[in-house]
Amino acid sequence: MTATVVAPTPTQIPSGNAFARVFRAVRANRKATVGAILLLIFILIALFPGVIAHDSPSADNYTPKLGFTTAHLLGTNTFGQDLWAQVIYGTGSMLQIAFIVGAATTAIAVLIGVAAAYLGGLWDGSLSVLTDVLLVIPLFPLLIVIAGYAHGDSIWVMIISITVTSWSYTARQLRAQALTLRNRDFLEAARVRGERKLYVIVVEIIPTMTSLIVASFLTNALYAILFSSGLQFIGLGNPNQVSWGTTLYWAQSEAALQTGMPWWALAPGICIALLGTAFALLNYAFDEIGNPALRPVRKARKVGRARG
Amino acid sequence: MRYVLRRLGFFILTMWAALTLNFLLPRLMPGNPAEVMLSKFHGELTPGSLHSLEVLFGLNTHQNIFQQYISYVHQLLTGNLGTSLSQYPQSVSSVIGSAIWWTVALVGVTTVLAFILGTGIGIVSAWRRGSRLDSIVPPVFVVTSALPYFLVGIVLLLVFGITLKWFPSEGAYYVTTDTPGFNITFFEDVFNHAVLPAAALLITLIGTWILTMRNTMITTLAEDYVRMARAKGLPGWRIMLDYAARNAILPNLTGFAMSLGFVVSGAILIEDVFNYPGVGFMLLQAVGNEDYPLMQGLFLLITVAVLVAILIADVLTALLDPRTREAG
Repeated sequence: MTATVVAPTPTQIPSGNAFARVFRAVRANRKATVGAILLLIFILIALFPGVIAHDSPSADNYTPKLGFTTAHLLGTNTFGQDLWAQVIYGTGSMLQIAFIVGAATTAIAVLIGVAAAYLGGLWDGSLSVLTDVLLVIPLFPLLIVIAGYAHGDSIWVMIISITVTSWSYTARQLRAQALTLRNRDFLEAARVRGERKLYVIVVEIIPTMTSLIVASFLTNALYAILFSSGLQFIGLGNPNQVSWGTTLYWAQSEAALQTGMPWWALAPGICIALLGTAFALLNYAFDEIGNPALRPVRKARKVGRARG
Repeated sequence: MRYVLRRLGFFILTMWAALTLNFLLPRLMPGNPAEVMLSKFHGELTPGSLHSLEVLFGLNTHQNIFQQYISYVHQLLTGNLGTSLSQYPQSVSSVIGSAIWWTVALVGVTTVLAFILGTGIGIVSAWRRGSRLDSIVPPVFVVTSALPYFLVGIVLLLVFGITLKWFPSEGAYYVTTDTPGFNITFFEDVFNHAVLPAAALLITLIGTWILTMRNTMITTLAEDYVRMARAKGLPGWRIMLDYAARNAILPNLTGFAMSLGFVVSGAILIEDVFNYPGVGFMLLQAVGNEDYPLMQGLFLLITVAVLVAILIADVLTALLDPRTREAG
């Protein structure tokens, strides 16, 4: 290992299938419950935006610069667009990015991290170097440069560039965890049975790491939200797509704060923060579940920590 | 020593990776975007600056990709980053030179502050497990560390810059009424302008540092040598600082250096919110103006800065922590 990232190493929570375990763990931890409820609310909004907002987010035929009214809950902007509708309809694309990028980066991280740990030798050397290099190159400026060249009006340019660049942090954690499994008997048994390496990685190792994989997904989804909304905010998303970051971009370029329309910027900003908080709370709760030493209010006991 | 050499090797490898990325990106994009840019400015460029840009972006050349790569690396090694197109005829390095000190000061001061404050709060919070302080700290800072930088910037700007008018809301100093120079009024002006951007960065940064420090500290507090210190009857503050914190800080040093990439991305967004004339703001303008040479130069500069900081943290860790020296 060339540098130390403080990697939480969750111990396994016994019994039950993976999803039942995750569900029970979420219910038992207050931070996780709050995070899960927040996330659920956003998912419902994203699925049924028409139920909550009656106006179209792209219609610009309302009276501009309205304050809070019953017809327009958050008022309207200088273009005469309804801000409530913009915020509600913007939920979908942000969640879409969070889930797609979160899942794709986690898949890459799992494969690379576990392969490096299990295959060892030259494989481990080269995959770890690749991971470390990507880890220290400042990603946001890199994403800005890519977006600057790509002129992407498609959401996929953003999704792909974030996915390709931001898997390294969790890959490193997963490698550390997989290293601790390397000499377990069940892997030796698979080796003796003559299973292929890919089979061992996918069927034997990965299922034992469910809780860390879920935690990786949460971390990556949070990065995806912060990176993509940041890119949209500085005008490198598709300016015509309804999304929180894009709404913020227009608010910023029309000087919403200086001209007495703070909610144009605050509403989408707070939504990004709340969605980010949902993922962060769930993630922190997973650390607590995995590492009992971090749980709130209890007597400190000695904790054995596996080192990667 | 072997540890430091290995880290130095990694530093060089990463530098090479960043250079190569910069070389490949414009060439990999469908329809080399630099070509469009160059055709726009074609008539206005001197043959010398035209040539340097052609080498950077691989235009009008009969060389194959390997020869292009060699001339590209050669040109960068001579310190020639090309000519800025939006601020023609200035060279990219001189344009960057005008912006870099604002960012270095802003990011440098907030990083050091966040390190000191974050580590301090983390130590105390872990030391007083179960106290009221410790029941507030984790949830509050989990939330602040998930806040997007620009939201914190916007809220501070709205409350303290626009509504209360306590601090100026944009720029690094009053361009119209103040002239840069070594005098008290100018420094005061610069300080006032820096307060809000610095506070915004600090608020979003500090959470991660508190939480990592707290969590490492909790693990360290369970070590036998801490129990030993308690058994000897040492005063609490000595156990907290000399026994636990001293050992808990070390593994975090590298983590802090790694987080510099996030500090930089935060600085870019915050500079955008406050129109603060640093390298982040300049990067966004370069992207907006399709000034690709400036954009590439800034990306290289930011990467070098982050990598150098990580190298310094590695050397520090090696000096302070005998375990890394043993591990080789």
